[in-house]
Amino acid sequence: MRILLNGESVEILKTDLDEALLELGYNSAVVATALNGEFVPVTLRAGTNLEPGDSIEVLAPMQGG
Amino acid sequence: MSSFYGVELTNRLMLGTAQYPSPAILADAVKRSNVEVVTVSLRRESGSDRAGQGFWNMIRDLGVRVLPNTAGCHSVKEAVTTAHMAREVFDTKWIKLEVIGEEDTLQPNVFELVEAARILSDDGFQVFPYTTEDLVVAGRLLDAGCEVIMPWGAPIGSGQGLNNITGLKTLRNHFPDVPLVVDAGIGLPSHAAHAMELGFDAILLNTAVAKAGDPAAMAQAFNAAITAGRDAYEAKPMESRDMASPSTPVMGKAFLS
Repeated sequence: MRILLNGESVEILKTDLDEALLELGYNSAVVATALNGEFVPVTLRAGTNLEPGDSIEVLAPMQGG
Repeated sequence: MSSFYGVELTNRLMLGTAQYPSPAILADAVKRSNVEVVTVSLRRESGSDRAGQGFWNMIRDLGVRVLPNTAGCHSVKEAVTTAHMAREVFDTKWIKLEVIGEEDTLQPNVFELVEAARILSDDGFQVFPYTTEDLVVAGRLLDAGCEVIMPWGAPIGSGQGLNNITGLKTLRNHFPDVPLVVDAGIGLPSHAAHAMELGFDAILLNTAVAKAGDPAAMAQAFNAAITAGRDAYEAKPMESRDMASPSTPVMGKAFLS
């Protein structure tokens, strides 16, 4: 199914957020996630179902002032 | 010694981590200035290049405390959601709360800032709000649960220094026991020294160091200026006068005319 990952349309097979992150290359990465604008803590990723058209934000540490 | 949510800092310079020519130069600036707190942010991470992971490893290796920000957020919801994501990633209750209200000046939307500060404080965050020098807003932020206030000196990245010295003095005098950090607008070590002479507890800056020709040397210069300014404040400066007053004793002077 197609979802939006950080604003870009991508095709994924997995429907579970935790598994989808693995599929998308984020294994063991230090990231925080939001689904359709709502924060999803790491403890709730497994069991959070994705649907076509969902928007995922995956954020990581970056330089800041 | 000033306490920031129970954390006492020896070094009163807090340094941003953006815009340096290279990660190595950033690391050098942090090490040579003995900075104890650096600000960091969150941005979109690609699963293929994973750029944020390398940055985070570098910051962790520096062994400094991190103050995550909500830079770029324009609403309560954006800022609160970003704060939650930052708390998880950086494993800290500290959050530098920015809710931008206007693009030309990047000045905070103080109405949404107070609301976001209340929500986050109630949720256990230790909020460092980026605000203006407005006295009433500072009071509302304290009511909302903030224990530190961070007024701007001037617009972010402008390097103008302290644009409203009277307002900053008023804030200091009105809240003598609240840790106050001048955040944003500082361009030169003399600006930072001036803020410290007024009794501010710390300085948070980024561009003035990152965009210097030699960032590490400039970080050291800021460190020295901040130390000098604080020492001067603690030494209790003299009152200024409108008219001259001779420093050499007049009594005993020869009559030679």
